[in-house]
Amino acid sequence: MGFKGRDIIAITDFTPDELLHLFNVAKEMEKYSKSRIELLKDKILALAFFEPSTRTMFSFQTAMQRLGGSAIWFSRAEAISIAKGENLADTIRMLNSYANAIVIRHKYEGAAAFAAEVADVPVINAGDGSQHHPTQAMIDLYTIWREKGKLEGLNIGVLGDLRYGRAATSFIYATSMFKPKKLYLISPELLRIRNEVRDYLDSKGIDYVETTKLDEVIGELEVLYVTRVQKERFPDPAEYEKVKGSYRVDLKVLSNARDDLMILHPLPRVDEIALEVDQTKYAYYFKQASYGVPVRMALLALVMGGVE
Amino acid sequence: MSKPEKELIVSKIKNGTVIDHIPAGTALQVLNILGITGREGYRVALVMNVESEKLGKKDIVKVENRELKTEEVNKIALIAPTATINIIRDYKVVKKVKVQLQDIIENIIKCPNPNCVSNLPREPLKPKFRVVERTPIKLKCLYCGRYITRDDIARQLH
Repeated sequence: MGFKGRDIIAITDFTPDELLHLFNVAKEMEKYSKSRIELLKDKILALAFFEPSTRTMFSFQTAMQRLGGSAIWFSRAEAISIAKGENLADTIRMLNSYANAIVIRHKYEGAAAFAAEVADVPVINAGDGSQHHPTQAMIDLYTIWREKGKLEGLNIGVLGDLRYGRAATSFIYATSMFKPKKLYLISPELLRIRNEVRDYLDSKGIDYVETTKLDEVIGELEVLYVTRVQKERFPDPAEYEKVKGSYRVDLKVLSNARDDLMILHPLPRVDEIALEVDQTKYAYYFKQASYGVPVRMALLALVMGGVE
Repeated sequence: MSKPEKELIVSKIKNGTVIDHIPAGTALQVLNILGITGREGYRVALVMNVESEKLGKKDIVKVENRELKTEEVNKIALIAPTATINIIRDYKVVKKVKVQLQDIIENIIKCPNPNCVSNLPREPLKPKFRVVERTPIKLKCLYCGRYITRDDIARQLH
């Protein structure tokens, strides 16, 4: 499989077989996610977080250390000082000369693709604006694959901000690669999927519906991917107040859920999943978060040549 | 009464460019692309919504004493993909080219998404788009993935 030296920009750059190969390696990595396997000894990973993140950055750092390598990083505070006069291209050139691979998060869409043009070493996109978050999508799919034992033929719901949410968008792309039985896209009208995403679904022949009502489709779902609807997205705060209750997952709405429903969330969660849901059999989001390290270990090892 | 095209409205030009087969109603945008305001002093003829065998209806632009640069022809292709460019010298057509819309459009227009990396200042970066649809034209930014429509293009091509 051709992972070595490759840039990881969008989940759609991969074939289903490549992702399954990644998942098999990740499953192996689970054994070492609290210890160490010396696959990337003497390798250095640069983490360029122009936008703040703790979870993604820590999980990449942890993954790199568990593989016997090391990481150098900056996050937003240092990025501000870098930004004093230095452009993105020069920052990437500098990191390119130090490290064996670069992970980048940036608030501008396309930043990772541009960084990949500038760098010779592989560039991994850890989120670019509202566009892509491919490593999150890999973790999301991996969770379904591990916990349900299959990826194809599922009834999948995606809830929240489907227009600007990069995790939700990448998940929609990712799940569409594995022939869902039906895709339920649940969001306020204002935050429906972008046209280019709609065209992608059409081109793949995906059976999907766009709806504003979670309670009307909850009984169908085997997977529900939850993201937050942000107040700031609404031009009128009153509009937000009107709809916010409809996008909250609690025991009441779950009373009609299937027994085998799996709820996922990329985290951090605010109030879109009630705390009471954590104790139910549906809650898989903490399990999902725990897969972050082995999946990123597998990806780093594949891209940096630690495994084939 | 409509007359045959050759005798229609404007006379031949001696030297310059005739842009023919412009989609009906877009000649003003073509003039815009060329930066022609009419205050330049040379003769410009604009014919709109005349009969065309190929297109049903079309527009024509004639500009005296000006030959188009490749860069201008590429821009015209975005807004008038059916257009033909005739270079006229001494009343004769010396060169005739059909505009060609490339599959990848590079460094001609900007991405309208303000949050696209291609709009960051001081980066060594050329905006790039893939042509998704030709009629009506629809482009996809190769950086941010957003679609760019004919209206977005028309707004900035001048």
